[in-house]
Amino acid sequence: MSQEVILRVEELTKLYGARVGCRNVSFELCGAEVLAVVGESGSGKSTLLNCLSGQLPPSGGSLSYRGANGHWRDVLALSEPERRLLSRTEWAFVHQDPRDGLRMTVSAGGNVGERMMAVGARHYGTIRSTAADWLRQVEIPQDRLDDRPTAFSGGMRQRLQIARALATNPRLVFMDEPTGGLDVSVQARLLDLIRTLVNQFELSVILVTHDLAVARLLAHRMMVMKDGHVVESGLTDQVLDDPQHPYSQLLVSSILQT
Amino acid sequence: MSAVDDPTDLTLGSEGSDASVAEAKGDEQIADLSSDAGDDRIDETIDGYNFAYLDENTKRMIRRAILKAVAIPGYQTPFASREMPMPYGWGTGGVQVTAACLTPGDTLKVIDQGADDTTNAVSIRQFFEKTARVDTTTRTEDATVIQTRHRIPEKALTEDQIIVYQVPIPEPLRYLEPRETETRKMHALEEYGLMHVKLYEDISRHGHIATTYAYPVMVEDRYVTDPSPIPKFDNPKLSNSPALQLFGAGREQRIYAIPPYTKVKSLDFEDYPFDPGQWPQACALCGAEDSYLDEIITDDAGGRMFVCSDTDFCSRRRAEQDAAATSEEGEQ
Repeated sequence: MSQEVILRVEELTKLYGARVGCRNVSFELCGAEVLAVVGESGSGKSTLLNCLSGQLPPSGGSLSYRGANGHWRDVLALSEPERRLLSRTEWAFVHQDPRDGLRMTVSAGGNVGERMMAVGARHYGTIRSTAADWLRQVEIPQDRLDDRPTAFSGGMRQRLQIARALATNPRLVFMDEPTGGLDVSVQARLLDLIRTLVNQFELSVILVTHDLAVARLLAHRMMVMKDGHVVESGLTDQVLDDPQHPYSQLLVSSILQT
Repeated sequence: MSAVDDPTDLTLGSEGSDASVAEAKGDEQIADLSSDAGDDRIDETIDGYNFAYLDENTKRMIRRAILKAVAIPGYQTPFASREMPMPYGWGTGGVQVTAACLTPGDTLKVIDQGADDTTNAVSIRQFFEKTARVDTTTRTEDATVIQTRHRIPEKALTEDQIIVYQVPIPEPLRYLEPRETETRKMHALEEYGLMHVKLYEDISRHGHIATTYAYPVMVEDRYVTDPSPIPKFDNPKLSNSPALQLFGAGREQRIYAIPPYTKVKSLDFEDYPFDPGQWPQACALCGAEDSYLDEIITDDAGGRMFVCSDTDFCSRRRAEQDAAATSEEGEQ
């Protein structure tokens, strides 16, 4: 794992009027590191993720990202075109519901190809073969290349969304409950796939989940959030096996032990 | 650099001469009006209506939108579209743009799918004959303003002409991205990858780019624009045209423009280049091999013929051929 920091978050705060979305969140993310953000519904996980990925303007704090060229950039000060360019080249977002991240009326190949075309690919043959290659990576049969996602199962849609997100070789991927809404066996297969891809492409991932098992399987480090605050953070095993904060202890103990 | 080599000088020069030509023409025709034909026409106009139906303030508002559209080629300029005495979809946008462009000295031609004699063309022509008392013509080269529904005349346009297109849906990204807020942002930030997704889908489904009308174009390397539902056969005529091209969408309240001598490129892939298409047969009436053909069903036993969609072009070619035939006979 590369030890160089690529994302630095300081005192990030998002207020919805008087209510707190998240408050004073600070952390650093290294290259090829997977960070899980866990907590119950309403704890501010998604707000934090949306602020980090530039979809929601934070109320305060700072956010800087070190690009592939090695330069640090203040993400909050980027102009909209720059931020949108960043989010379709070096960054990617995987939604919980594949329908949010896919174009349901466009074929699987077109979905994967869109990101390539958005950054200027104009050769049909190349786009198509790259798309086919990505489908193979996410274990979707090649003969489904021209089918629309509406004809896909939930697990296949989610895998297609991941292929689409990775098509332009991003460095940093934001995932919002990528396995939510899938049945357990499909979840296991998807987790295995994500873990393989993350290792293979040395992706940095910020993973929001309420499922501690997902965090344990994928994440190197984790943060526990409650009421918009980070109450505990550390190595995944350390937090899960020896939780210090009462809320983390509650969270860990609420899992059925087998 | 000499003045002749400088393109800006050339343009300015030609614009100047345009204006003087137009003025001269205008004076002549106004004189015509007042002498013989004028009196009849005044009887035909409807009391209480302004020249070209719209009031002057509305025309001024539309002209401002047109000026802005010309200044930003391909950009969809919003305008306060008025209700016109015809249903949406019949060319209310085009009619408003035409009304704002017309001067008493203009000669108007109206075509509908290339034809001068279909309901839509005849109605709009009569509308302006009544409300503006302008001369009308079917001859492409005699017209100063041409309102068209979905064709560009076969005869090359000139710098003295304005062509007005009727546009149903001005937004080329509409069917891919239904949110207007999002499509505006995409235009502003030049995010046009989505347009190629549509072409990609065409190729993956049909083996070639199957979009045959309203084929998206890139105007002056900046704005992706819907050229209104003209056949893709006409797309090459959009580029570097000497005539001013104006597009009006009444229901959608947008005006956009392709100014004279503007670069217009039809979108394509490197390995699937744009193809305007062609027919294996020639026009069954005039024998033209380079015009856009309509298929006409002649009976219920599968009989069909292909004829020019531009009726002016076709009928005059036939007249010339007839004349040539007669003169040959005379010589013999």
